[in-house]
Amino acid sequence: MADVNRGNRPLSPHLTIYRPQLTSITSILTRITGNALIVASLLMVWWLLAAATSEAAFAVADGVVTSLLGDLVMTLSLWGLWYHTLAGVRHLIWDNGVGLEIETAEKLGWAVVIGSVVLSVLTLIIII
Amino acid sequence: MRFLTDRKRATGMGSAHKGTEHFWNMKLSSVALLLLIPFFLLTVIPMLGEPYADVTAHFARPFPALVAALTLVVGFVHFKDGCQVLIEDYVHGTAQKVTIILMTCLCYAAAATGVFAIARLAL
Repeated sequence: MADVNRGNRPLSPHLTIYRPQLTSITSILTRITGNALIVASLLMVWWLLAAATSEAAFAVADGVVTSLLGDLVMTLSLWGLWYHTLAGVRHLIWDNGVGLEIETAEKLGWAVVIGSVVLSVLTLIIII
Repeated sequence: MRFLTDRKRATGMGSAHKGTEHFWNMKLSSVALLLLIPFFLLTVIPMLGEPYADVTAHFARPFPALVAALTLVVGFVHFKDGCQVLIEDYVHGTAQKVTIILMTCLCYAAAATGVFAIARLAL
């Protein structure tokens, strides 16, 4: 009788009970930025396909990507890309069983947050 | 349901034993992207908003074309694996399977479209 009470078990408390912490916020931001990058990725595919199709199609796609809304999406995505990249590096470090102590994990968290903003600004300076 | 034995209820409900492979694939694609992303940001993104003739001439060169194609393919494979974990966490049952299938199809379609576009520009 392994599961007489299937579906009616108490749940352990999570989101609603814990105070937000740097480690938990940086963790969920990794997921949000990674998945949100689908928007910019599909825009890039559309832009490339338009460039391969005709000058008129390119004008439409390029107009959308470089419009005010397009610039906003691409700039936010640039930050998301750097954030997700640095957070990924943090996971590659953690995969070795290193840096998992709370103080180190929080330092790495700040490095990801600050580093992503610095790298985004640097990229914008270089590519604009 | 109550007439089934515990053994019968448990069969087929466990791990598919693909967890390690999934973890390794994500690690592999993440390291590859770590190398590709800086090149992508420096050789592909600056072409946004440039004149049509310049863009087509740019991707006719091997390096920008290869960086763009590799980043898109590895990026969409990495997205497919990562998004699968997201779906597995928040969607359950048949809806989970349907969402994973649709998302996987979208990723391969987008990657193929990107490679086709770059090949057409490059050749």
